[in-house]
Amino acid sequence: MKPGSGGVLTGEHYITGDVACAEGALAAGCRFFGGYPITPATEVSEHMSSRLPMVGGTFIQMEDEIAAMASILGASWAGVKSMTATSGPGFSLMMENIGLGICTETPCVIVNVQRGGPSTGLPTQAAQGDMMQARWGSHGHYEIIALSPSSPQDIFYQTILAFNYSEKYRIPVLIMTDEIIGHMSEKVIIPDACEIKLVSRPKPKGGRKDRFKPFEPGPNGVAPMPSAGEGYNMHITGLTHSENGYPDMSVDAQEEMLSRITGKIHNNLDDIIKTESYCLDDAEIVIISYGISARTSFAAVDQARKYGIKAGFLRLITVWPFPEDIIRRMAERVKGFVTVEINLGQIHLEVQRCIEGKAPAILVGHPGGTIIAPDFVTKALMEAF
Amino acid sequence: MKKNLKKSNKEPGHPLDSLLRKSRIPHIWCPGCGIGTAFASCLTAIKGSDTNLENFVMVSGIGCTGRAAGYAKLDSFHTTHGRAIPFATGMKLANSELNVVVFSGDGDLFAIGGNHFIHAARRNADITVICVNNLNYGMTGGQVAATTPYKAKTTTTTMGNPETPFNLPLLAFASGATFVARWTILHTRDLTESIEQALSKKGFSFIEVLSPCPVNYGRRNKQKNLDVLNIYRENTIIKNGINPTEIETDSEKTITLGNFIDSDRLTYMERYNKICRQD
Repeated sequence: MKPGSGGVLTGEHYITGDVACAEGALAAGCRFFGGYPITPATEVSEHMSSRLPMVGGTFIQMEDEIAAMASILGASWAGVKSMTATSGPGFSLMMENIGLGICTETPCVIVNVQRGGPSTGLPTQAAQGDMMQARWGSHGHYEIIALSPSSPQDIFYQTILAFNYSEKYRIPVLIMTDEIIGHMSEKVIIPDACEIKLVSRPKPKGGRKDRFKPFEPGPNGVAPMPSAGEGYNMHITGLTHSENGYPDMSVDAQEEMLSRITGKIHNNLDDIIKTESYCLDDAEIVIISYGISARTSFAAVDQARKYGIKAGFLRLITVWPFPEDIIRRMAERVKGFVTVEINLGQIHLEVQRCIEGKAPAILVGHPGGTIIAPDFVTKALMEAF
Repeated sequence: MKKNLKKSNKEPGHPLDSLLRKSRIPHIWCPGCGIGTAFASCLTAIKGSDTNLENFVMVSGIGCTGRAAGYAKLDSFHTTHGRAIPFATGMKLANSELNVVVFSGDGDLFAIGGNHFIHAARRNADITVICVNNLNYGMTGGQVAATTPYKAKTTTTTMGNPETPFNLPLLAFASGATFVARWTILHTRDLTESIEQALSKKGFSFIEVLSPCPVNYGRRNKQKNLDVLNIYRENTIIKNGINPTEIETDSEKTITLGNFIDSDRLTYMERYNKICRQD
């Protein structure tokens, strides 16, 4: 593969999801990758290791996932878009430093190519069992952005989207993919660089550097972010801090910081939440799914419609923050919901919460190791409704 | 002129004021603690360095020494427990113009962060690591550390420490550090000069600074404040250039100090540029 303009590999390719993810990162301007090998995410690291030096970036394989996550935070504060990729056990190890990234409002992207768990689980087989960990895995209360692609082409674009969100909102963004997408090869079309819209973190605009406050929110609730070496003498800490960045152990400072890091997400839901609708206009039964299970769900809708059931599908592109309002509104008019996911009910809990008992909801889940066949969904749907 | 004189009399300055976040003073360190002295040596070395101050970054982990970053008027990062080194590594690799100093404690750098230390030294990350070694976990009230002497008493070894401590300079040397030194907070001039050397040196530099912790370590081990300083004065011997395998760390015997290693090896980035960017 030869590098295109600015790292964008324009053209038609037949590549795996892991490679498409790496290419999406390069197209988004990622120039630092701190990795650690783990099945089924290793290929993201491998591809970045060969491609980054071609575009002036830097790859390093760190000593563990904790270090990999720490290294991308450091690189981000040095002003470089950064990423890491891992799977279940590595994702667990990254949790503390993901929290540091959230608390210090550090843009970066973390890819979790999910495999079966808990523990070492099923290293080579898919699952979607880390969805709640993505939401709540680091300690303390916070908001997170997590995306869930359902094909190699999709992961290419969602990786760019992930970088754009991370830069715009100064937050670690999670790409919650899985082994099947990571390892499946499909056609991926990479557009010209000029067709890719990129977002960069807000930077301070003039003013006295010694009076600059690194956490004073701008118009959309996000503070401008200088890089180390620009003369701001900023202090960045994982302790609760006030807008000037200094530790402040007061109840007020805790409340102010939490409102800032949650508010910047709460107040921009329309921008962040992306979904795809399929046959929803007249749907009486709504399937809700994401990632690889979205492909099951498209097929299940087609099957159900052949049997005369008015099924539709809501695909979650953004899983966190959860599209509560969309599902609440649907609950007013449809006869039932089906959540399809490769776990024993995680996003399903969210669906149930939003429906508030206004319609029945069933789960078509599986503990991991295989994709859910469309027939299972269609059968369950016909039995339940 | 008179007016200026009057003003300066009213507000006596400190030589390091320009590098201190004065609004953050008073600091959290206890009376008799040595961290402030080590910190002052570090800032003095930074002030005297040829590097533009804007390019200095201080990265700390968690613990008493970890709070140092919060007092340094530089771009400063107070990270998670044990992870200052990988954070610093990512920062340096992303912007080679930065002069990155990790300033943290023995518990942070050598127990929870020990793996990062040996790997950063092995790959010769171009950073300077200063470890204030006070032989215990001070912030949490004085628990046993990877540096606590055999038989020493701490809150988690009330009968005495059954473990053997690390020999930090030997560990750094064996891992591949290209500059290795060991001083105490009593040897401030040697320490400052040593830090100056480390800051201007390419590659992974490591300086251990022995420091008293009278409140948590000293009082459980029959050491009064001055006792430790007396040990530093009377029980130490300076042996620059000595092979770290010959360093004595047992405070009951003679503690070896000095600039032990000053060697040259390509850094990670130099090798990366040479090998990975060859086309």
